[in-house]
Amino acid sequence: MENNRLIQLEDIEKIYKVGETQVNALRGLSYSINEGDFVAIMGPSGSGKSTLMNILGCLDKPTAGKYFLEGEEVSTLDKNRLAGIRNKKIGFVFQTFNLLSRTTALENTELPLLYSNMSKKKMRELASKSLSTVGLEGRELHRTNQLSGGEQQRVAIARALVNSPSLILADEPTGNLDTKTGKEIMDIFKRLNQEKNITIILVTHEPELAQIARRRMHLRDGQIIKEENA
Amino acid sequence: MNILRTIRVSLRALGRNKMRSFLTALGIIIGVGAVIATISIGQGAKREVEKRFESMGTNLLFVRAGSRSYRGVHGGGGTYQNLTPGDAKAIAEKADAVKYVSPSVSTRAQVIYGNKNWNTNIQGVGEDYTKIRDWEVEEGIFFDESMVRSGQKVAVLGSEVSQNLLEGADPIGQIIRVKKIPFRVIGVLETKGEAGGWFSRDDMIVVPYTTAQRRLIGRTDRVSSIDISAVSATQTTEAKKQIEEILRIRHKIAPGAEDDFQIRDMSEIAEGAAESREIMTILLGAIASVSLLVGGIGIMNIMLVSVTERIREIGIRMSVGARERDILLQFLTEAIVLSILGGFLGIGLGIIGSKLISRFSELQTLVSIGSVALAFLFAGSIGIFFGFYPARKASKLDPIEALRYE
Repeated sequence: MENNRLIQLEDIEKIYKVGETQVNALRGLSYSINEGDFVAIMGPSGSGKSTLMNILGCLDKPTAGKYFLEGEEVSTLDKNRLAGIRNKKIGFVFQTFNLLSRTTALENTELPLLYSNMSKKKMRELASKSLSTVGLEGRELHRTNQLSGGEQQRVAIARALVNSPSLILADEPTGNLDTKTGKEIMDIFKRLNQEKNITIILVTHEPELAQIARRRMHLRDGQIIKEENA
Repeated sequence: MNILRTIRVSLRALGRNKMRSFLTALGIIIGVGAVIATISIGQGAKREVEKRFESMGTNLLFVRAGSRSYRGVHGGGGTYQNLTPGDAKAIAEKADAVKYVSPSVSTRAQVIYGNKNWNTNIQGVGEDYTKIRDWEVEEGIFFDESMVRSGQKVAVLGSEVSQNLLEGADPIGQIIRVKKIPFRVIGVLETKGEAGGWFSRDDMIVVPYTTAQRRLIGRTDRVSSIDISAVSATQTTEAKKQIEEILRIRHKIAPGAEDDFQIRDMSEIAEGAAESREIMTILLGAIASVSLLVGGIGIMNIMLVSVTERIREIGIRMSVGARERDILLQFLTEAIVLSILGGFLGIGLGIIGSKLISRFSELQTLVSIGSVALAFLFAGSIGIFFGFYPARKASKLDPIEALRYE
């Protein structure tokens, strides 16, 4: 099956300045991801995983190098354009869920749609559909604090899906969950990837979780030390 | 995000912390209330003055001698008498925007009745005087045109003179003496009260101006002023113009040269008196608006706390695509909604406050639409002004750090 190129990273470098010292978080990283890929980014802490994930998620810009997303160079865009890209093309799933507290599952799921002009009715419709994709139909009006950890993470996935993004970025999505619930969450990702051909990038340091991914990238000291393609 | 949606999101956020939102808005509520209540006191005082002047007749015009320059030396206004009974007659005949005309001379004299005497102001006026001044004759009659023409020695008393001099005797038909000339009292004017100063309008005697000229002043060719009423209040300007034209011709004033007379209307005189009240209003309002300012600082304070508390939320919103502008607007809207809600409640408080003031004190109050609008606008601007800094701070957060914030 011939896939379209979704992401192209060329010589990505990221340098942080912490006081006087420079930290080279990423040192000339090149990689490409096709539509429908399931990629795991692995590595110990300090390897540059989070930095890479922030750049991929358009939350940050590389110091040098080029990042093409769907053929568009996003490494040169300004903050507002990046916000637009995040809104339309990227869905985030975080370790700590990052849902709005005291807000219903439905409203949390609608959140990205708030920032793209859409009628209230259409928002409701898309958010409900998204929630049922992750198996939360009937729980739309439950508030965040009335949901279990696994359910909260499902809401987060529903939120990531709601705008039909090109890419879902999951940063240690099972880190705060027990093994069984973690497995359920991973099954959702797997299903989304297989059934809906959604591109997923998973950041994790757990090798077993990474086994689900079809491609694996091992990072150390800001460089790719090993690539595996299943 | 569109504005309605932004407002809904703000209301939701404010509703989560009802007590805090209310206390924050309280600063604005009290501020707006204080501004409206204090301005209403000033406006009430102004209205009182205006009413008093209205009771003197609204479409009134006065003509008096202006300054005259004689070989380059200017005299003060009214120093030189150059108005004549003929001027008055010409105005009455030619100016169609003019309804009544009454030439006027005045003097002060000791008035004697029996063994009592009273020093008062003697006004020599025309037969239309009471109509111009909107003044009723309470007892008896006022002199008519034929009495004026023939210069009869008749007098109409102000109520204060009547009380002090005649002391309860039926005034009509009594003979009083002014500068040894006997005058027959034919009427008493209704009580008008003070004219917004220390002088009482009821302390005077009115006689035909012809009589006053001949018997009391000894000069028949001049009058000191002319009282005029325009056909209607809206016609005063037109009347003024016509009078000016007529007098300029009669006084042979070359085009471009200054008038040698002055025409003033009641509204100008009332304005002067109202102005001092206006200054008081502004002063009171300024003092009250200090509390609005303090309320604004309260909003800023709470918004800063709110931004810090919600850094995580801001990070989440940014990660799903909120732009700087969206975050800025969200927090700014919260501040504006707070201050505008506070403004609404403050208007209610101010209106109730001013009602209470007028009920439990001597002060008259008047809540004008203008002051309500002003206070409201002021509250809204305070929301924008003091809400901007916290909102900007929120919008400038780095999404990565905001998401990581504990």
